[in-house]
Amino acid sequence: MTTSSEDVLLQMGEVRYKKGDGTLYVMNERLAWMAENRDTVAVSHRFQDIKMQKISPEGKPKVQLQAVLHDGNSSTFHFVNRNGQQAQIADRDKVKELLQQLLPNFKRKVDKELEEKNRILSENPHLLQLYKDLVITKVLTSEEFWGTHAKSYTENKNAKKQEIGVSGAFLADIKPQTDGCNGLKYNLTADIINCIFKTYPAVKRKHQENVPSKMTESEFWTKFFQSHYFHRDRLTAGTKDIFTECGKIDDQTLKAAVQQGPEDPLLDLRQFEDNSLEEGFGGAASDKNGVNSGNIVHQSMIKRFNQHSIMVLKTCTNVTESPTKQNGSTDSSKAAIDANKNDLNLNGIKEKKKSHKLNHSENNHVGSQDQVDSADLVSKPKRQRILEKISYDDLGAPVLNGDIVDCATANQNLTKTQQLNLAKVERYLHGPVPIAGEPQEEAQELNLNMTQYQICQDSESWGQRTPHKVLVSATAAVNALGELSPGGALMRGFQEQSLAQLVPPDVEKELRSIYLSLSELLRHFWRSFPPTTPELEARAVRMHESLQRFQMAKITPFEDRVMRELSPLGNTLTQHLNQLLQAAARKFATWQERRMRQHR
Amino acid sequence: MKLQVDGLLVYFPYEYIYPEQYAYMLELKRALDAKGHCLLEMPSGTGKTATLLSLIVAYMIEHPDAVRKLVYCSRTVPEIEKVVAELKNLIAYYESHAVEKPELTGLVLSSRKNMCIHPEVSREREGKIVDAKCYGLTASYVRERAEIDSTVPICQYYEGFSIEGKESHLPAGIYTLDDLKEYGRTRNWCPYFLARYAIVHAQIVVYSYHYLLDPKIAEVVSKEIPRESVIVFDEAHNIDNVCIDSMSVKINRRTIERSTTALSMLEKIVQEIKEDDSKRIADEYQRMVQGLKDASVARDTDMVLANPVLPDDILREVVPGNIRNADHFLLFLKRFVEYIKTRLRVQHVVQESPAGFLKDVSQKVCIERKPLRFCAERLASLLRTMEITDLTEYGGLIVITHLATLVSTYTKGFTIIVEPFDDKTPTVANPIMHFSCLDSSIAMRPIFQRFQSVVITSGTLSPMDMYPKILDFEPVIMSSFTMTLARPCLLPMIVSKGNDQVAISSKFETREDTAVIRNYGQLLVETAKTVPDGIVCFFTSYLYLESVVASWYDQGIVDTLLRYKLLFIETQDNAETSYALMHYVKACDCGRGAVLLAVARGKVSEGVDFDHHYGRAVLMFGIPYVYTQSRILKARLDYLRDQFQIRENDFLTFDAMRHAAQCVGRALRGKTDYGIMIFADKRFSRQDKRSKLPKWIQEHLTDNYCNLSTEEAMQIARRWLKHMAQPFTREDQLGVSLLTLEQLETMEREKAAEREIEQAAKSDVE
Repeated sequence: MTTSSEDVLLQMGEVRYKKGDGTLYVMNERLAWMAENRDTVAVSHRFQDIKMQKISPEGKPKVQLQAVLHDGNSSTFHFVNRNGQQAQIADRDKVKELLQQLLPNFKRKVDKELEEKNRILSENPHLLQLYKDLVITKVLTSEEFWGTHAKSYTENKNAKKQEIGVSGAFLADIKPQTDGCNGLKYNLTADIINCIFKTYPAVKRKHQENVPSKMTESEFWTKFFQSHYFHRDRLTAGTKDIFTECGKIDDQTLKAAVQQGPEDPLLDLRQFEDNSLEEGFGGAASDKNGVNSGNIVHQSMIKRFNQHSIMVLKTCTNVTESPTKQNGSTDSSKAAIDANKNDLNLNGIKEKKKSHKLNHSENNHVGSQDQVDSADLVSKPKRQRILEKISYDDLGAPVLNGDIVDCATANQNLTKTQQLNLAKVERYLHGPVPIAGEPQEEAQELNLNMTQYQICQDSESWGQRTPHKVLVSATAAVNALGELSPGGALMRGFQEQSLAQLVPPDVEKELRSIYLSLSELLRHFWRSFPPTTPELEARAVRMHESLQRFQMAKITPFEDRVMRELSPLGNTLTQHLNQLLQAAARKFATWQERRMRQHR
Repeated sequence: MKLQVDGLLVYFPYEYIYPEQYAYMLELKRALDAKGHCLLEMPSGTGKTATLLSLIVAYMIEHPDAVRKLVYCSRTVPEIEKVVAELKNLIAYYESHAVEKPELTGLVLSSRKNMCIHPEVSREREGKIVDAKCYGLTASYVRERAEIDSTVPICQYYEGFSIEGKESHLPAGIYTLDDLKEYGRTRNWCPYFLARYAIVHAQIVVYSYHYLLDPKIAEVVSKEIPRESVIVFDEAHNIDNVCIDSMSVKINRRTIERSTTALSMLEKIVQEIKEDDSKRIADEYQRMVQGLKDASVARDTDMVLANPVLPDDILREVVPGNIRNADHFLLFLKRFVEYIKTRLRVQHVVQESPAGFLKDVSQKVCIERKPLRFCAERLASLLRTMEITDLTEYGGLIVITHLATLVSTYTKGFTIIVEPFDDKTPTVANPIMHFSCLDSSIAMRPIFQRFQSVVITSGTLSPMDMYPKILDFEPVIMSSFTMTLARPCLLPMIVSKGNDQVAISSKFETREDTAVIRNYGQLLVETAKTVPDGIVCFFTSYLYLESVVASWYDQGIVDTLLRYKLLFIETQDNAETSYALMHYVKACDCGRGAVLLAVARGKVSEGVDFDHHYGRAVLMFGIPYVYTQSRILKARLDYLRDQFQIRENDFLTFDAMRHAAQCVGRALRGKTDYGIMIFADKRFSRQDKRSKLPKWIQEHLTDNYCNLSTEEAMQIARRWLKHMAQPFTREDQLGVSLLTLEQLETMEREKAAEREIEQAAKSDVE
């Protein structure tokens, strides 16, 4: 394999590759390795294939060099100079430095655009598949592909990404792997780290404080995985660890929040009991929770589960609240204050103010007034909650007196703050609407007046929903759905032996990709109708051609293969594909014919 | 709507009515006519409160002489507030629709911590402290002192009330807690004492069980309620336990220590007072000689806890000579405390009857029964005389005097158990003396005797024949209503095995089996996958919950669960649980969904509703039997067997099933609501368990829903959820589970016609 024309720039003996000893050669255009006592090259990487080289970190027992290729593969060379590690490192450094000089010369001059496209393709596997099917098979040209089919991707890259929420089980998703020698390896991704930071702000603070000044990133995370955050059954007390403090901070914030109690009085268990008996009397509040297992590990674990869920929940409320918070809170508080004012005026609190002044010093008076206000603010939502609880929507609205109406408006105000943001409300309410218009072929037969009339009529009903009754009623639909799902009346003797079992996975995959590509092409084909402008006409022709090319390049071979391999299925698999194609061809033919007529 | 119930015009503040509400009214009316007690079970969420209130109020307006007062007792503060809000609705409806407005006063009474408006006192959260602080500001001698010395702090609101409030009447209307506070603020009156006074005149009173059942409190608060009253116990499935609790006392080492310090403090105070104001002590002695009663009639604020003994003859007696003198009394108490201290110094469990205890007391420390009976009253009097404002220090002593009074008054239906240590920690000495009531009818009997009609009602009273037995009364009406439904909005299922066919059960032998715990976990995970929004799980005990959660963590089930929903767990700390609960609700509200693990018999199972999306499924892991090794329970079971011929097993099953029903009933709070109820224990499918569920659940628990595996249950649930998720309008319900006035009337006419035909046929035969 080695040609004599190549110069060997460096020859390094005692290099191990895949447990075989041999020699590493650095030549002008490639890196090669030959096993001992052999004369064929076992490994040979051309420099342009090599993306980068990596070396083992200082202090590791093995001295290694790794060549990472563009296609993701890599080869690792282990230097085993018998003169000890120093010599091994010297050997390795020689190779490394030489490669460092050589590699940049061969770096492919990939222009930026290509890189960008590459990135888009690698990020969107679906698009990549499309690219493979359409461009590589020459159904479309590359420019056409990028210009029409992948437009949304190239344009959208600047759009703001939606923030990803935190999964409740993100810690569980970090699966430890054993590395073979009594150790565990955790794989952390940026997403997971982000989740951890979002959920546990205390950890984030610690991270900022300690990394990289006091410890390295990996040390930090090692400590994290040893801490109670990860092992919920581990106790914090005792171990001297940076996370012990975090645990304490978390506990404190939780405690403070717990002391505040829930906003909803119907959930505040402490307020349920209505007696204040001395401890020791039966039925006293302190009497009930006397049973204690004494298992501190279990108890703290349960506490951590609660804490974890609460923290996770907080991350999502933080995100949603921040933009609307200002708006919402002022709104509701204003409402509350307004209502408050009304109350005060109505109930003649002015009178009371006077009496206050007579009895007390100014200072005291202000204090108690505050008390009054805060008490009122608390009681408002409480009253509203109680009213919510006692209302039965099917019994009809209870008669409202003034007081309750007041609360109802407050209620509305509150609900306003929790509004759902919808871009298109009608879609949310109605779901997809069937197109009411007639197929176009028939319309062509009609004369112009008729068409115009039709269009007018259509435009009137445009946007109106097909009434509910015309469709199948909801209950009937659900019944049918129920009967048709496994276990239903119509699915007795139903066996899972369906297409899924008859069709091997690779065929299924291919079919899917064909469908994807075809629908993409068809989409653009149908989009060019009606061809009113010369550009559209040209496009229609072009799309038709690519459809034909696609049929030749992809569908026909696939069809043949299916016929050959899965004879029982016959053409059922491709039947629908062909129908789609035929419809397009028919359309194109009629259009062509008409055009010919017009030109004549 | 205005409807005729058996000739009575009832104003019902809604446009529509459920058929069972009408049936309920009929039964209730019959009970009121008969002036007897009744026991009524109606599914939760069918508007029980509104029904009760509208019928009884209508009855009161129609027959003001037959029923003069309605006392509505409920269990928790939120429940009470809900009742008042409903009452307010009803009266508002009367005002806008009735020809003449009803002159009714309705109000709510709660403890001071919920009613206080004093700027400083009301800031306290714990009821005991609020009570003590209030007492410190309003006790009669504090006020006397304040008259002389203006620097002594007093409560302006109480002063305001005592100057002008006592004579004036509360204007007619319905007062919620907030209304009372508001009213109190505008008038500068104390809402708590205002309510206490107004109870006497008000036609409708809403408060918690304790104010009527607990003799310690009832004596102070509910003395003047006339016989012609209707007493309603709502949510009464647990009423026997409340009765028993209210008569029981528990003494541990801490109580003894506290009372010893309190005693020495009292001694010191008595000594001091003797030196500079011997007249006061002499006055007290004089009072004792004359009799206890008249001394403190006018001083209502001085009563914190009254004598737990109800029999009237005691109050007419004079305090025995040997404890009249303050010094003698203190010595007497000291002897008694020392005696109890020696009783706590035991190595093995002791159980004896009150009679045996009394005999032992008289032998060992020469204390007779009679002075013991007056202990509680005597101490209260002494504390008043000594003008002690901070009662919190004397809590232990008060408990001991109550024990003395109770033990010397009741000889039957009680037991004394001294346990040297907790069963779970036999090495740690923690002696406790339980003075335990075994007979729930002791606290209930005076109520049944005193009042004309007592209504006991709840969503889950099955099996109903048990209540008349354990409460010892004869109901004139006993009835259980089912729920008419336009769609099957509840899906009870008994899951008896996991996917691996291992039977799941929380019975003692198998509960720690990993296969059982794993199957429970898988059931929960599968449910979390299938059911949207909130899921609530109930365990049989807190200990079991802890150990199961720990095993689930080890088995990785918790991690899988977290993939679908967030996890919240009830803890033994109420504040922490409330906080977790709040976030559970938030998680359900924002659509993320959550799982709540709670404990049957716990706070969550008794007071929190999981309506609509807060609880689409409830899982009951195991049968919530009470801890059967408890000696108190054993004593009670023996007593029940001997006195009422109730077999142990019957009672245990009854108790377990009512709690199970209570737990699963939390999910369903109305006819528009829907929820899955999963009973995850093999034993539920046995007839003796199944038949003890409330009728409205049993009706839907057909044979094909029993004995399911996890997978089968999930398949049924999936199908059912699809049906339930469909829009459900009033029109769907109308005529089936919801009636308009016309529909109700035609229904009645048809029934009447049928009856006539029947009678005609009968007379023909004759």
